[in-house]
Amino acid sequence: MNEISITIDGRTVHTQEGEYILNAARANGIFIPAICYLTRCSPTLACRICLVEADGKQVYACNAKAKQGMEITTTTPNILAERRAIMEVYDVNHPLECGVCDQSGECELQNYTLEVGVDSQTYSIKDTHKPAQDWGLIHYDPALCIMCERCITVCKDMIGDAALSTTARGSEGIEAAFKESMPKDAYAMWNKLNKSLISPNAGDTLDCTNCGECTSVCPVGALVSSDYQYSSNAWEHKQIPATCAHCSAGCQLSYDIKHASIENPESKIYRVKNEWNYVSLCGAGRYGYDFENRNVTKDPVAFEAAIAAFKQADTIAFTSTITNEEALILQRLKEKFGYRLINEEARAFKSFLSAYSVVSGTSLYGGDLVEVHASDFVVSIGSALKTDNPNARFAMNNALSMNKGAGLYFHPINDPVIAGMSKSVTQFNHAPMMEEAALYLMLDLFGDKAVMPSSVTEYLASFHSTKTVTVEETVDEKVTETVVKKVLNEETGVEEEVSEEVTKTVKKKVSKEVEVDENALFTLLNAPAGFSDTLTKYLAKKERFSLMVGPDLYTHPNAVNCARLVALIEKYTQFSVTMIPNLSNTLGVAMICDLDSEHGNYTIGYNTAGNFTLSALGGGDLDMPALNQQEGTLTNIDKRVNPTNAALSYSGYVLNDIAKALGINSKFTVDYTAELPVEKGFKSAAFDTLPNHYTNSGEEVRGYRLEIKELESNTDESVEIFDSSAAITDKVVYLANPVLQFSPFTAASHQLHENGGLYISKSFMETNGWNDGDRVHVKTANGELSLNLITDGKIEGEIGYLPTFDTTIKSEALFNGYRFACVSIQKV
Amino acid sequence: MHHEETFTDRNVSEQSAYFYVDIEAYPTTGWDKFKQVVSRAVKGELFVGLWVVMREMIKFDIHTVQYPKEKLPIGPRYRAVHKLLRLWESGYERCIGCGLCEKICISDCIRMDTRIDENSRKEVTEYSINLGRCIFCGYCAEVCPELAIVHGGRYENASEQRAHFVIKDDMLTPLDLLKAGEQNEYPGFGAIIPGSDASVKKTPLAY
Repeated sequence: MNEISITIDGRTVHTQEGEYILNAARANGIFIPAICYLTRCSPTLACRICLVEADGKQVYACNAKAKQGMEITTTTPNILAERRAIMEVYDVNHPLECGVCDQSGECELQNYTLEVGVDSQTYSIKDTHKPAQDWGLIHYDPALCIMCERCITVCKDMIGDAALSTTARGSEGIEAAFKESMPKDAYAMWNKLNKSLISPNAGDTLDCTNCGECTSVCPVGALVSSDYQYSSNAWEHKQIPATCAHCSAGCQLSYDIKHASIENPESKIYRVKNEWNYVSLCGAGRYGYDFENRNVTKDPVAFEAAIAAFKQADTIAFTSTITNEEALILQRLKEKFGYRLINEEARAFKSFLSAYSVVSGTSLYGGDLVEVHASDFVVSIGSALKTDNPNARFAMNNALSMNKGAGLYFHPINDPVIAGMSKSVTQFNHAPMMEEAALYLMLDLFGDKAVMPSSVTEYLASFHSTKTVTVEETVDEKVTETVVKKVLNEETGVEEEVSEEVTKTVKKKVSKEVEVDENALFTLLNAPAGFSDTLTKYLAKKERFSLMVGPDLYTHPNAVNCARLVALIEKYTQFSVTMIPNLSNTLGVAMICDLDSEHGNYTIGYNTAGNFTLSALGGGDLDMPALNQQEGTLTNIDKRVNPTNAALSYSGYVLNDIAKALGINSKFTVDYTAELPVEKGFKSAAFDTLPNHYTNSGEEVRGYRLEIKELESNTDESVEIFDSSAAITDKVVYLANPVLQFSPFTAASHQLHENGGLYISKSFMETNGWNDGDRVHVKTANGELSLNLITDGKIEGEIGYLPTFDTTIKSEALFNGYRFACVSIQKV
Repeated sequence: MHHEETFTDRNVSEQSAYFYVDIEAYPTTGWDKFKQVVSRAVKGELFVGLWVVMREMIKFDIHTVQYPKEKLPIGPRYRAVHKLLRLWESGYERCIGCGLCEKICISDCIRMDTRIDENSRKEVTEYSINLGRCIFCGYCAEVCPELAIVHGGRYENASEQRAHFVIKDDMLTPLDLLKAGEQNEYPGFGAIIPGSDASVKKTPLAY
């Protein structure tokens, strides 16, 4: 990409070659109206309002690429006439219900109608009856829809559900006279608009992962949140910039707050908004916002009991749904009083990271989701991507659809969502325990064998064998035939027979014996037939490679070996490696806390079980604030330390109060932000100096990035071979959460409240003759649970999973660390 | 695309209708002051005033309003305590909960609670004005697109409390009064300007 300069309205701006004119203008603060365009997605060309003149020719700024020295004018009399006509057309028959519409005040139709100055109407068409539709969490009112198709675009290019498409509008044709009289582009826009409406692909209702991004991008009130409908007016909210508390993606969002009601002046979160041009939220982030610990007051008796418990305790067990500052307080408590800090999932991640560091020589992985978005070949190993980190899934989908990319997905559970992303994605539904084989395959396919350790190259070579196969080929063959023709003799006027030689090309099938290379790793990983040919197609013209590895590897019995293999992949292939931390702040906790493996005699549980419990979920021995009630920082998958703010008030005790009572003095929890360990890559920056926004050019200005430390070089690159007989072929159960759930906090929100169970695919349900709600006994080597069956329409195959979001289901007790366990399921 | 409104020039200038009132100069010396007192006392202006009082006393035609037994009718543009009106035909509340009054209120004293009702309409469940803060500017009535909130005629709003609220039930026309035809339309602040029909641009209809 070369930097070029173009002139927009007389101003010289610098941009990248191949950048769209619209993006170049936006990045430089020049306004070009645009309705249907979404940054990071493909141009739709529905609204046509972004017309500009480039070198004397009218083009659409959203899909015309900037060229060196281009002269661009954003307004000409003709363009203004087009824009005016376009906005008039959008206003034709648009219901005059701004007074009650949820979008009023932040509606792009309102804004552009005023911007363009529409004060009279020229066009008209007979209106059709379009009743509103209820799609569960989402409400669609087609009467308000202006068919910009942003919802369809974002669902396809960013989210990957492709759950929406256009359907026939059933409207009368546009009066012929308008075609002659109105501006050309406005007519073309109207003609397209007049033919279609939005509809879910699944029929009457949506079949998707309920991210709600379509409601976020909708410029008008056509797609809105069913829960938010008519509950408030948009301009009444105060927006609290924050970081999503639910998963390691740590998306930037804003909590929109307002007083709860006339009687109750306490703040309440009404909805969550996001900068949809630059960050996409999943449904948990969008709908799971009200997980606060309510009605908490300072209870001195409980506090005294807590102090006494801390004096008695020798262990603090906690989850990673805490801020970096709280993690640092826990670490300080450990340093002062020698507590054991127990957090199994963070410990697994931490030891995985350190095993990785030994080989890679760096403290952290090199990739991030920004890199995945920009890649054209994406591989995921060891993660149920859509539920472990929805944003990683969006990044993969975005890379596949926008960069003409291809991808590989290694996971035992077949995921139709991944399959639906692109034609160029292959799923390897390998047996559990075969993750190492997947990592070896990566080294085999992409590793630079010339520089790789010879032991690895030799081991990889042992999987290859040559096989002779018979291939049928079509060959062009020249055949010469003698044809007898009747020719009219011009002299005599009599037909004569003349023989003539004609050469023809004939296609012929030939069987041929060919020597092919057979890769035993393909078979071990259940590769689809003919994968090596598919891969060759995938790899054509690919330049940027990304690998995402997930929690299945951290908890793997051979996690250390997996980590070393991951480091080798990063070293000897072109792949940038991103690790998906399990929970909101697993990375932060892993960097800050020294974690222990063995419980002591008396445990303080923070958001988890213990002899004395501190709980942000309520119901513990001492209440704590939830993540939407406190300030602090969270470390996300992109290795960014992001600030989050308190959206709601909290008047109980916080962890810092306990620390103060125990003699570790800092006035506020956020005083610890500047004290986060610099040697681990944190910066000594005060909380109030941390920004949290995106710029017009899409630059992420949030907190800071952890510094990757170079470690002492270690020449030991040895990796262990894997045992293919360890593959689990019995029935297994997986430890994962359904879509929209991450932890008890998501389940605590009113829109996402649900009870867990054993989630299995529809086909598995049918083969066993089971039904939703049936009670089953789930038994593993570690224990037994009695649960309800729940169908998950977004998985295939015969592996069910147990959730962790429902506190009444002790799923973890059934597993021995690793996320898969052999299981027997009996219907009661 | 930027619209600029041109305002009438109200500055005092030689062309304008304004003029300075001719005021006699104040006496400055003691002698001048004495002359002014004497001229005013001896000229009999005092008795002119005394006669007016005497005449009106004898006529027994007293203009004093016997408040609170008697109240003067107030002008339509007077801005007293707010009222919420109903639609004449259906009896539905006119208020649609658009929140414009809440937004425009410069003393930030209006609040409303809304929700989606069983018929998928926006329902205003509660509406309140803090009269302790209200400055009766009339913006809420002016901005209301439905002529739902108006200033009524009740101007007595003395209270023991600084925060004195009116709630929806106080302001809304009771249904029985509506049926009895006793809801007054409000010609004052925010009402449609007479003759405004003429300035409306017509939208073409295809049928």
